[in-house]
Amino acid sequence: MTIREVMEIVEGKVLVGEDRLDDPVDTACGSDLMSDVLAFVKERTVLITGLINPHVLRTSEMLDITCIVFSRGKLPSEEMLEMADEIGITVIASPMTTYTACGELYIHGLPGTKKKPKEV
Amino acid sequence: MAVLLEKSFPVEAGAYTTAGEASTTIKRTLKQLGISAEVLRHVSVACYEVELNLVIHSLGGTLTLLVDPEKVTLISKDIGPGIPDIDKAMTEGFSTANEEARTLGFGAGMGLPNMKRNATEFDIQSEVGVGTTITMSFALK
Repeated sequence: MTIREVMEIVEGKVLVGEDRLDDPVDTACGSDLMSDVLAFVKERTVLITGLINPHVLRTSEMLDITCIVFSRGKLPSEEMLEMADEIGITVIASPMTTYTACGELYIHGLPGTKKKPKEV
Repeated sequence: MAVLLEKSFPVEAGAYTTAGEASTTIKRTLKQLGISAEVLRHVSVACYEVELNLVIHSLGGTLTLLVDPEKVTLISKDIGPGIPDIDKAMTEGFSTANEEARTLGFGAGMGLPNMKRNATEFDIQSEVGVGTTITMSFALK
């Protein structure tokens, strides 16, 4: 699936990264808990979250997450958008709740991260 | 083994706004060295987790990056307060993080286990009243 398709499915608006809408994504992760995102996410993932703070971007940068969908119509600050642009993350704002956005993406064929983290 | 690169970053206790800046710099530095995307992601995740731990739990410390031809090494050394029960701290879901950390989306008790999961070798030494040192290495081949 491309980021453009993600944007259309979540009825979203692109805030940063219009030039990267044709980039592919393989999986998605819906969470407000960055600790869990850090433990589960693999590459080329869309993160759907209702949490808005710069650590969402930092977490995404560490994991090479290419696209973030902010749910429930929440809008990040200008400062956060500049940071996303600098990192190279596409940011989409969706009017849907996190649950609905995840559900819509799932039924359109975008799977979640299947691999369980290895035991420690 | 000859050290190709050594850099240290002071990390301030409670500095939530700047937490992650050292990890960002480390990731960008390693990327410039041409380290593979997979190894880079493992280093970055563990580095960010350990930096957040310094901010959330420690009284302050230093994060050191060492690169040699075989591996990347990260050393986190703080000045306290130390961990009373390391086995408990290594258990997924166990957390002593404060409300501020939780508001930012952290403190789920995943940090230490996630560092161990991402590192090739992981070592933690801690003494209450003295401090904690975490050493992680990541094989490049």
